[in-house]
Amino acid sequence: MNFDAPVIDYAALSPVIALTVGVCVVLLSAVFEPVRRSAPLLSFLTLGVTAGLLIWNWNEPVTLVSGALRLDDLAIAISLIAIAAATFAVFLSIREPATEQAGSGEYHALLLGSVLGMVLLAQAQNLVSFFVAIETLSIPLYILCATNMVRERSLESGLKYLIVGSLGSATLLYGMAFLYGGSGSTDFGRIANGIDKAGLIGDPLVLVGIALVAVGLAFKTSIAPFHQWTPDVYEGAPTPITSFMAVATKAVAFAVFVRFFLVALGGEAGDWQPALAVLAAVSIVVGNVGALGQDSLKRLLGYSGIAQAGYILAGLVVASEAGVSALVFYLAGYLFMNLAAFSVIVARERETAFGDDIRAVRGLGAERPLLAWPMTISMLALAGLPATVGFIGKLYLIEALVEGDYTWLAVFIAVGTMISLAYYLRVVAAMWMRPEEEAAPGAAPAIAGASPEADPIDPDAGRRLYLVGPALLAAAGAVFFGIVPQPLVEFAEHAGSSLF
Amino acid sequence: MINSLLWTPVIFGLAGLAVPKRMVGWWAALGTAVTLGIAIAMLAGFDSGAPGLQDTYDASWIPGLGVRYSLGIDGLNVFLVLLTAVVWLGGTAFAALREQERPHLFFLMMLVGETATLGAFVAQDLLLFVLFFDLMLVPFYFLFGGWGSDREGGPTASAATLKMIVYTLIGSLLMLVAAIATAIIAADGGQISFSIAELAQHPIGEGSQRWIFWFFAAAFLVKMPAFLLHGWMPDAYRAAPLPVLAVFSGVLAKVGAYGFLRVVLPLFPDATIEFQEVVLVIALASILYGSVMAFTQTNVRLIGGYSSVAQLGFITAGIFALRADGADGAVLQMVNHGLVVAPLFIIVAILAERSGSEDLREMGGMAMRAPVLAALFLIVTLATLAMPGSANFVGEFYILNGLFQEKIVFAFVAISGVAMSAYYALRLYQRTMHNRTRDSLASREISWQDGAVLVPLVLCILGLALYPQLILERTNRSVSETVAAVKGPSEVASKSHARGAKPSALECAAAARCSSDLETTSNGPSSEKAARQ
Repeated sequence: MNFDAPVIDYAALSPVIALTVGVCVVLLSAVFEPVRRSAPLLSFLTLGVTAGLLIWNWNEPVTLVSGALRLDDLAIAISLIAIAAATFAVFLSIREPATEQAGSGEYHALLLGSVLGMVLLAQAQNLVSFFVAIETLSIPLYILCATNMVRERSLESGLKYLIVGSLGSATLLYGMAFLYGGSGSTDFGRIANGIDKAGLIGDPLVLVGIALVAVGLAFKTSIAPFHQWTPDVYEGAPTPITSFMAVATKAVAFAVFVRFFLVALGGEAGDWQPALAVLAAVSIVVGNVGALGQDSLKRLLGYSGIAQAGYILAGLVVASEAGVSALVFYLAGYLFMNLAAFSVIVARERETAFGDDIRAVRGLGAERPLLAWPMTISMLALAGLPATVGFIGKLYLIEALVEGDYTWLAVFIAVGTMISLAYYLRVVAAMWMRPEEEAAPGAAPAIAGASPEADPIDPDAGRRLYLVGPALLAAAGAVFFGIVPQPLVEFAEHAGSSLF
Repeated sequence: MINSLLWTPVIFGLAGLAVPKRMVGWWAALGTAVTLGIAIAMLAGFDSGAPGLQDTYDASWIPGLGVRYSLGIDGLNVFLVLLTAVVWLGGTAFAALREQERPHLFFLMMLVGETATLGAFVAQDLLLFVLFFDLMLVPFYFLFGGWGSDREGGPTASAATLKMIVYTLIGSLLMLVAAIATAIIAADGGQISFSIAELAQHPIGEGSQRWIFWFFAAAFLVKMPAFLLHGWMPDAYRAAPLPVLAVFSGVLAKVGAYGFLRVVLPLFPDATIEFQEVVLVIALASILYGSVMAFTQTNVRLIGGYSSVAQLGFITAGIFALRADGADGAVLQMVNHGLVVAPLFIIVAILAERSGSEDLREMGGMAMRAPVLAALFLIVTLATLAMPGSANFVGEFYILNGLFQEKIVFAFVAISGVAMSAYYALRLYQRTMHNRTRDSLASREISWQDGAVLVPLVLCILGLALYPQLILERTNRSVSETVAAVKGPSEVASKSHARGAKPSALECAAAARCSSDLETTSNGPSSEKAARQ
């Protein structure tokens, strides 16, 4: 009797292995006195090595672990976005109160654990690995949201995210069960074949499965009407974690959204395209209208994220190569636009007593131009004004939409963008222009230390290199890729072509 | 050359960040002067007989999306480029004479604004045009909102500016969708190209043209602004800092009109013919509404603003006469209006400094002790009301001539705008310069520095009045080609033949012809009607 040892492609698995080792090392570093303070450093190292290994695997698509994973350019591109977001989050976490309270080692290990889940999810090609990965990324995030333990809001945020996230996961799992029942397989490719062979295209069983999976993923990507958790969780979570969630979770969830719907459910495209188009449109409207009255910058960005998720989903709606490329391009651009804003919010949260209220950035243009410019660029880019990556991203999406005969959705994007100007420019106006009204005396800032919930104030936070640097870097990226978009376009085209 | 024209302002602006605070205004003015020099050099090298684009630059920009960085000048835009350079120099120099808060940022935004505007004029790729068209808003958002004035009982500067941005972006974002749709429909599955010249070769189907036409028209009509889409104008004009308003009103409004000539007529000829009368009705409504509002307002800025609505109505009417002479007049009138309205707002700024108010009722008697200012203002006023002898008269004549031959009913209504413009322009002049002097008024002559800004602008008006052929000769070919794209070559061929009979007619000859024509029309509209019957 022969026994063939399974072939293990260590080269292609190396990013996952590196991250796993990194998680363990960072967690253990907290135990040993000499390296107790080096968790951020070790995290950078892990992320750097993983990114290097991913780039090493660029352009050589392979199927791993008996088809459970597939490391192609889409997976690598999305993983790189997630790793970049995690790197920013580690920078922003330096001297973050939440890091101290949770323990630096644990905090960073959880962050890396979430990244591990993301890298796996971006490659997932099987319902089982899909679900395991999505839980691996979510569970550390539930905890991370609640790490600022003295703030009730943070705990509330963690709990809320846990409950809603679990609901989303359950819905997703239920949908997967339907699809497995219909096709008899967990592999994405075989699901497509199975549905086709059994003649179940358009069958209610499969349609219910698709709907439930779509709803589950809509929870994760904060697509309206499954978005209610987003503003609350974003507001309550420690800001570095919010920034990480806003960019990385969204990117990865969209990656699996695209892979699952195009690979496993490609044959059903005619059924789910109109439904997703409606979801995208609703999301654009709900997000943009919801953001209008927000005073908390994090809530504002939460609602803006819902609208942006609507734009990004539009890239999937057309189910074409151009659409997926546009989606990847937008996600990469979103990294720069969003992280510039979050870096500034972190700096101002520590510097002023206003927290993340819009008053915290009032007069920033005169006071701290090095923070005001990144914030301005970020807002203009999110609004999609020219000479920023946001404009090119919208251009790319609209081109894909018009090509795919979804011009009405392109018009929705245009109208949504117009509404969004009202709140993005409000932030810009607060920074550069005369205040609309003087702060009412009753609204005087709480004196630091007076409230048990207030985090300590660092009056020099606005000058710290580890906050200003990321802000400037992200803003520079947003402008650079707005003027020289071709490298990023090629990156996105590579990623998009790997599914077709 | 065209690249240096486009990027000189923004390079000066960025370098200006390192210049000491006291000097930054003059540095910026130097930047605009250099730009003007390049623009003049380009005009000198412009060959009015050559077909197509000149001084082109074409490079791949985003090959993945089919967008090219493609620039060029022809008869349609060469003078608008020059106008931009002239007006910006005036506005910047005038701003440099005044103390500005945060001068580095102010002048950086001014210069970015110039680059964006020049970009919109010289772009020959449809998407590049849309990009610059949208980009223009960003610096003006900062300039209006950051240096504007809050109005008591009205919206703050930033609120007024936000309104302007939202209004104008409604149009331009829809234009982005429309531009992409145009290219994709024209490509028909092949390689996408946004080149305006190439798109004009393959016009898209009539059904698509219909909706795409309105997406573009919305963007351009809001920018002008045209009647019903002008809601942002009063608040924004009252909030804007005056030197900025001079360039804004002088140049940016023309980008909208230019867009019709550059994009809409060549790319959507069927829709243009179909909706000709609708646009003409909007244009006439703008003329009437703008004129009536201009002579009821007491705020001097708004008189300027509403008169612009009326003037842009004329220009639109000229373009949509869809005849070479109407469009010729429209191009001439765009330049004229820019040259008139920019000094007008600079004079308004000087007057407001003297009287401490922008209300017509609080001004008066300025001419007593400021004869030079009064003389300059008088020239501007007479040009505004299109006095025979001014280039504005020639422009309006061409527009009306085109309109008369195409749509006589519309022309009769438009004529009334000419009469009303005389009323509001003279009213503005009399109320500010004559009448009784107020006690609060510091009536003194303009300083020589302000004069140095104002006199060259007024000299431009006078120069153009003496020799409007400077523009008409160079624009005629491109304009005829543009109109021919809509109407078919045969009609325009006979037209250009007719025009060829008097190619070198100088202003005096033109004026004589115009006035005699006007006499006949004013003498006997009824007889003409009878002849038609």
